[in-house]
Amino acid sequence: MIYYASSLLLIGIGLYALIIKKNLIKVLIGLDLIETGANMLIVSIGFVKGGTAPIFSKEWLVPPLFVDAIPQALTLTSIVIGASQLALAAAFVVVLYKHYGTLDIRKIRSLKW
Amino acid sequence: MIRKIVYAIFIGIIIAGVLMFLSAFPFGENKMLVGKYYIENATNDAGAPNVVTAVTLLYRGFDTLGEVMVLFTAALGVSIIFAVEEKKKKVVQPPNFVVRVGSRIVFTFILLTGFYIFMHGHLTPGGGFQGGALIATGFLLLYLSYSDTGINRKRFMVAEGLGGIIYVFIGLIGLFVKGSFLANFLPKGTMFDLLSAGILLPLYIAIGLKVGSEFAGIVDDFMCEARCTGGEG
Repeated sequence: MIYYASSLLLIGIGLYALIIKKNLIKVLIGLDLIETGANMLIVSIGFVKGGTAPIFSKEWLVPPLFVDAIPQALTLTSIVIGASQLALAAAFVVVLYKHYGTLDIRKIRSLKW
Repeated sequence: MIRKIVYAIFIGIIIAGVLMFLSAFPFGENKMLVGKYYIENATNDAGAPNVVTAVTLLYRGFDTLGEVMVLFTAALGVSIIFAVEEKKKKVVQPPNFVVRVGSRIVFTFILLTGFYIFMHGHLTPGGGFQGGALIATGFLLLYLSYSDTGINRKRFMVAEGLGGIIYVFIGLIGLFVKGSFLANFLPKGTMFDLLSAGILLPLYIAIGLKVGSEFAGIVDDFMCEARCTGGEG
């Protein structure tokens, strides 16, 4: 249960940073927090009480109680996508800083809202 | 102030929506439908003890191919964004002596660990994505410790293209031999051996090459942005 609560908390903090914060780096951190929370939520949905990691070993050739393998496989790819997406966003931030000389989104004209 | 309250309500609504969705999936209960089939049949179908690897590469190998494409597109985007800017020499602080000497020793082991992780992806927790990311961190260490270093982008592009071509080629061989894309056409061997599990090992080697060279390219782009002398980015 604590896994659900903490991943929801992570998503909430990330949304807060995404909406309220004015610094672009902090917005990126919020984006990453949301992604981490979502990954954690997906993995913890697949958890089975008393289950172990879905890897057979020589002692356990008959399947014991395993946790669900699909959320883990999906999260594995999602983490890599998140990393590359963050790199792309950081590249955008670097170019924006070069062009406008600031990271404050209130002073960047095309991002004003 | 009112804005912040409105935003807090907005975030609360989103969290409540996720909570309503979660109430259908109580924590810790066994709610596997497809996962049960995978766990029972993964050792027969793939010959790999790691069920997660079997799901990623055998049952959902086509998804993984698309996901590698996403990674490639992101790396390409970073290159393009930084390529339009003009590069000028900047003054950078010379790296610390301790970092410089230590990285010579550590770099080899980082590279070796990365190769180990993606070679044993079908046996142990790990695989091509993790091993590739680890290899890229090794190159990041090189960049941090030597101010004049630069990887040879052409060779990395060759490695990247080779990884992608191997992946598609294995899939196409499966299509022609067994009748479906990414079918397991190699012998499965005995379980828990390094050379077992059919196509999973070459697939993960291809993914490891591709992910490692792509992330190293991203690192190169960012470091070049900070201190490049000009020319090709």
